[in-house]
Amino acid sequence: MGFWAIHLDSMGWSIFLGIMFLFIFKKVANGVTTGVPSGLQNFVEMIVEFIDDTVKDTFGHKNPLVAPLALTIFVWVFLMNFMDLIPVDFIPYVAQAMGVGHMKVVPSTDPNITLGMSFSIFALILFYSFKMKGVSGFSKELALHPFNHWAMIPFNLTLELIGLFTKPISLALRLFGNMYAGEMIFILIALLPFWAQWTLSVPWAIFHILIITLQAFIFMVLTVVYLSMAHDTESH
Amino acid sequence: MNINATLLGQAISFAIFVWFCMKYVWPPLTAAMQERQEKLSEGLQYAEKAEQELAQAKENVELELATAKKQAAEIVEQANKRANQLVDEAKNDAIKVGERVKQAALDDIDQQVNRAKEDLRSQVAGLAVLGAEKILSKSVDQGAHSEMLDKLAAEL
Repeated sequence: MGFWAIHLDSMGWSIFLGIMFLFIFKKVANGVTTGVPSGLQNFVEMIVEFIDDTVKDTFGHKNPLVAPLALTIFVWVFLMNFMDLIPVDFIPYVAQAMGVGHMKVVPSTDPNITLGMSFSIFALILFYSFKMKGVSGFSKELALHPFNHWAMIPFNLTLELIGLFTKPISLALRLFGNMYAGEMIFILIALLPFWAQWTLSVPWAIFHILIITLQAFIFMVLTVVYLSMAHDTESH
Repeated sequence: MNINATLLGQAISFAIFVWFCMKYVWPPLTAAMQERQEKLSEGLQYAEKAEQELAQAKENVELELATAKKQAAEIVEQANKRANQLVDEAKNDAIKVGERVKQAALDDIDQQVNRAKEDLRSQVAGLAVLGAEKILSKSVDQGAHSEMLDKLAAEL
């Protein structure tokens, strides 16, 4: 199939979850009241406020894109990770009954999904680095940092470029690795006889609630931190 | 786990979702939250103001109460004074009237005593003349001795 193949299962679930997120949040935003918020609005506002606080704490510049970006990342990645908590065989079995042989229901266990997001973020990092620091400023930062001497330029450049490209790769692989390993353990647990599965799957699922939230949070915070670094204009 | 166009698809949907979120989800939510926050702080300010006003009003009430009490006390005191005065006046009047009545009675008594004395005196004089006549049997000249007898009666 080559490069132009598309994983319809990951892609479909990913888009479905993203639309779910936007649908719920848009619904709340449409009926938003400044009075006492009802249950769903309260929940949504809690998340929005949490994101807003985190962004205000870590991102010291003015950019109207960052907070909505962080909100989208946090909720979307959380929802994609959350698919991990649905018992591993439920949806694939149903899909199989409907004639689809294989189905991956956790989009974040597909490196294409996590890389797709991290490369988009990488593009934003490059865009804002050039925009805020200018071509010369950004080049200087890459070439003259951490050792400010002309003879050290090749060394600096190697170090900084590796550091720069590591950002999206590590961002994507961290999420992918965590989710893939988690899903793999669920699959291994599912190999046990059905009456013994709960002894392992329940503790692991409870632990996984923490992991999926934490990974979504880390992905979001690192994105904000990287963008904040891209905005930092003062020379070190 | 091959890398393929899913990556691009995810990047495109990511961009669209972020754009949608930035355009239609984030602004109304944060605006509403901000507005609520303003409302809350306004409400708190009002509450504080109302509290201050309440304290002021309480102070005023206490002040008014104190003055009212003072006035009431003054009025009662005045009334008491006036009552005492009235009683005193009445007493004095009574004493005066009593004294007057007593004086009148005393005067009356004196008069009667005098009158009785006068009567007695004239009777004594008559008796004396009668006695003297009996003693002298015959000749006491009523005319010759009447002057002396009158003198005697006056001395009695």
